[in-house]
Amino acid sequence: MRLTCPLCGSRDRREFHYYGAADYLHRPAAEDAPDAWDIYLHLRDNPAGVVRDLWYHELGCAQWLIVTRNTVTHEISGVALVAESAK
Amino acid sequence: MSDPVSALGGASYAGFATIREIGPLGMITLRAKGVKSLDKAIKAAVGTKVPAVRRIEIAGDKACGWMSPDEYLLILPYGGVADALAAIAAALKAEHHLAVDVSDARAVFRVEGAKASDVLRKLMPVDFDRLEPGELRRTRAAQVPAAFWQADGGFTLVSFRSVAGYVMGLLQHSAQPGSEL
Repeated sequence: MRLTCPLCGSRDRREFHYYGAADYLHRPAAEDAPDAWDIYLHLRDNPAGVVRDLWYHELGCAQWLIVTRNTVTHEISGVALVAESAK
Repeated sequence: MSDPVSALGGASYAGFATIREIGPLGMITLRAKGVKSLDKAIKAAVGTKVPAVRRIEIAGDKACGWMSPDEYLLILPYGGVADALAAIAAALKAEHHLAVDVSDARAVFRVEGAKASDVLRKLMPVDFDRLEPGELRRTRAAQVPAAFWQADGGFTLVSFRSVAGYVMGLLQHSAQPGSEL
C-alpha cells in the first residue's frame, strides 16, 4: 500500500502512522453535553465502502493527512492535508 | 574580512565512488507564502523560476529548491549572497518574508561515480528507483538531517555544518571499495 502525500509524493505505507477516523477532527467544546463527547469518543460508522481516516506522515513531512479509502476495493481516492482542509 | 572556510577544508575520498566536500557555497533560506512577487525575488536572486513542489531549478552555478510549502533554498556562489539578499529585499519590500544567509551553517558534499547512488542508498530511507528528475529530497543520512539532489552525473548533498565530520565519515564508510550493492 502506498499513499501519495501532497508534500512528499508517493510513499510506502510504513512511513505513516494510522490514527483513526477523521471524526476526531470534530472535537466537541469542553462545555458540550456528555452525549456529544460520547459520540466523539466512541460512536463510529463501520461502512463497507468509502472511509475517511487520519494518518500522520511520521517519516516524512510530519503532517497530518486525511486519507479517503474504499474498504471494499482498497482504492485510495484522496489524500489531503488536515492543515489545509481546516481553513 | 576573513576568508570563508568550508567545514572540512575540501576533504575528499576515493572509494567505489568519489566523495568531495565542496564549498564554501552560498545559501539563502527564503521563507514566504502567498506573496505576489515571489517569482520576481527568486529570479532576481538566482535567475530561476519558482520551483514546483519537491523540485530544484538549476541555472548554471545557481539554483532554487523547494523545501516546504513556504520555504525555498537559494544556492549561489559564496561571494554573491549579499547582492542576492539585497535583490530579494528590494523585490519583496512591501511583503511579509524572511531571507537569511545560511551559507556558514551548512556543509555540502558531492558524491560522484557510476555507483554513486549505492553510497546514499545505504544511508537514507529513500527509494532511489522512484526518484524523479530534478527532485530535491529532504531526508536524513543515518542519524542526521540531510537534503540532496541529482545533477551533473552525481549527487549534491547538504547537511548541517556541525555534523559535517559525521556525514563525511558515513559517506567514506559507505563508499569503501568492495561494498557496492
